[in-house]
Amino acid sequence: MEVIQLLISGISQGCVYGLIALGFVLIYKATEMVNFAQGDMMMIGAFVAVTFINILEWPFVWGLLATIGVMAVFGILLERLLLRPMIGEPHFAVLMLTIGLGFILRAVAGAIWGNEPRVLHAPYVGEVWRVGGVIIGADNVAIVLGTLFLCGLLFLFFRFTRLGIAMQAASQNQLAAYYVGIPVKRIFSLVWALSAVIAACAGVLTAPVSLIDPLMGFVGIKAFAAAIVGGFGSLPGAILGGLLVGIVEQFAGLYLPPGFSEVSAYVLLLVMLMVRPAGLFATMQQKKV
Amino acid sequence: MTDLLELRNIETYYGPIMAIRGVSMRVQEGQIVSVLGANGAGKTTMLKTICGAMDPQKGTVRYQGREIQARDPDWVARLGIGHVPEGREIFPFLTVDENLRMGAFSRRDGEINRDLELVYTYFPALKNFVKQAAHVLSGGEQQMLAIGRALMLRPQLMLLDEPSLGLSPLLVQEIAEIITRLNKEQHVTVLLVEQNARMALDVGDFGYVMEVGRIVMEDTCERLKNATDIQEFYLGMKDQGVRGRRRWKQRKTWR
Ligand SMILES: Nc1ncnc2c1ncn2[C@@H]1O[C@H](COP(=O)(O)OP(=O)(O)OP(=O)(O)O)[C@@H](O)[C@H]1O
Ligand SMILES: [Mg+2]
Repeated sequence: MEVIQLLISGISQGCVYGLIALGFVLIYKATEMVNFAQGDMMMIGAFVAVTFINILEWPFVWGLLATIGVMAVFGILLERLLLRPMIGEPHFAVLMLTIGLGFILRAVAGAIWGNEPRVLHAPYVGEVWRVGGVIIGADNVAIVLGTLFLCGLLFLFFRFTRLGIAMQAASQNQLAAYYVGIPVKRIFSLVWALSAVIAACAGVLTAPVSLIDPLMGFVGIKAFAAAIVGGFGSLPGAILGGLLVGIVEQFAGLYLPPGFSEVSAYVLLLVMLMVRPAGLFATMQQKKV
Repeated sequence: MTDLLELRNIETYYGPIMAIRGVSMRVQEGQIVSVLGANGAGKTTMLKTICGAMDPQKGTVRYQGREIQARDPDWVARLGIGHVPEGREIFPFLTVDENLRMGAFSRRDGEINRDLELVYTYFPALKNFVKQAAHVLSGGEQQMLAIGRALMLRPQLMLLDEPSLGLSPLLVQEIAEIITRLNKEQHVTVLLVEQNARMALDVGDFGYVMEVGRIVMEDTCERLKNATDIQEFYLGMKDQGVRGRRRWKQRKTWR
């Protein structure tokens, strides 16, 4: 029973890691840079949701949709104002920029919403079901279902829409994408919007389980490990890596001495780098360029 | 006959290296214009300057009378300039069908499916791979895909960068025929860059010869074929080394 219980919380935590990892990978695949503020974008998304749902007291679904809209615009603005002027600069400069962006976002969030932890008023908070001896929280179920739904949408988007295919094209061969007339720069803006939206969804989904505060974005580091475990470049790999990190973390918490749970993500990362350096899904998606 | 494309005193640099040293040339509507030149002559750089992948330091590129230099390549493509780049540059993990459809990304008209069929009639070999990832294609098939993809733009002008590279003589022949047919049947004006001088002079109406960033000769292809220099230097030697791909983008992309 205990194993199943751990598995449930591991999976739901893993989904959150996976969604943040998805944001890392999306931006990396399209623009070849790593956005270290991905976790903080999740935090901002969660606070925006708090604003709509707790403070303005909008119905949950409307608040969620408004959050998605706000975060899409936020992602586009970040790309246009901060990242696009950096085109052509050395990689590490861009990296430092995103790390700096994380600091700024945390400070701004603290200034606007305060440093007190908050709880998002989701309608399903507190609901639990007992199945056999296992307790299943509605918030955990919501995370898993929400993640599945989002992954399904993304799959359909990348597989069947013109825009989704163009995003793939731009990430597989940027120059050729330019040559066929794909507006690559606009595509980059949209990729940022997409990963900001995914981050916001992760924030809203995780909010009922973990508290919302300006430092919640630090789970982004674990999600980063998850992305590497998954192969850093594969979208399914990101989700799988997230699940793996989430589950291992739970079991490490129970079976290993205290403290191991916190570092288990990195231990997993090290093991993965030694055993299979290219990550779980490396063979599926090799980049040509 | 009007000039569809006109380059005037173009100078393009790679950092401190001057790769194009004052090139002027013109391509008239309906023509096939060939550009010959040895490795490193600057042919690819010139095409990149035309399509906007590189910005010239000096000079103008006019297309239909309008200055287009130093614009983004996607904007240039949308004017109707299709580019078949050196080394094919297909989208490796998209299917053949998706590759071709991406060629029509900027188009809004309802005739994309019709043009897809057209491409398959020009390149029946591609028909066998419609739903397969493009990286499984052979080099020759990838070249056909790259040409087909550029065709999906319904270009008025097509830039072809060494389409014969690495292909068997039979395939080179086939590509040459296709270029001629596209020019006659689809009224595509062609700027063809080639090391295979025989092929380039056979299909071309007018020709330029480039050496270290300059145009050193220009004439009708008929007369170039008979020029002794050309016979010695270009028609005599046939081998084309395999070159590593070079890339250089002037602050236009992330890499
Ligand atoms: N990425 C680069 N960085 C620096 N110099 C470059 C780069 N690419 C090309 N060059 C230089 O610019 C000059 C012209 O190169 P370009 O590729 O245009 O030649 P080319 O005529 O296309 O040759 P090839 O027939 O081998 O394709 C060469 O001297 C080359 O060394
Ligand atoms: Mg070249």
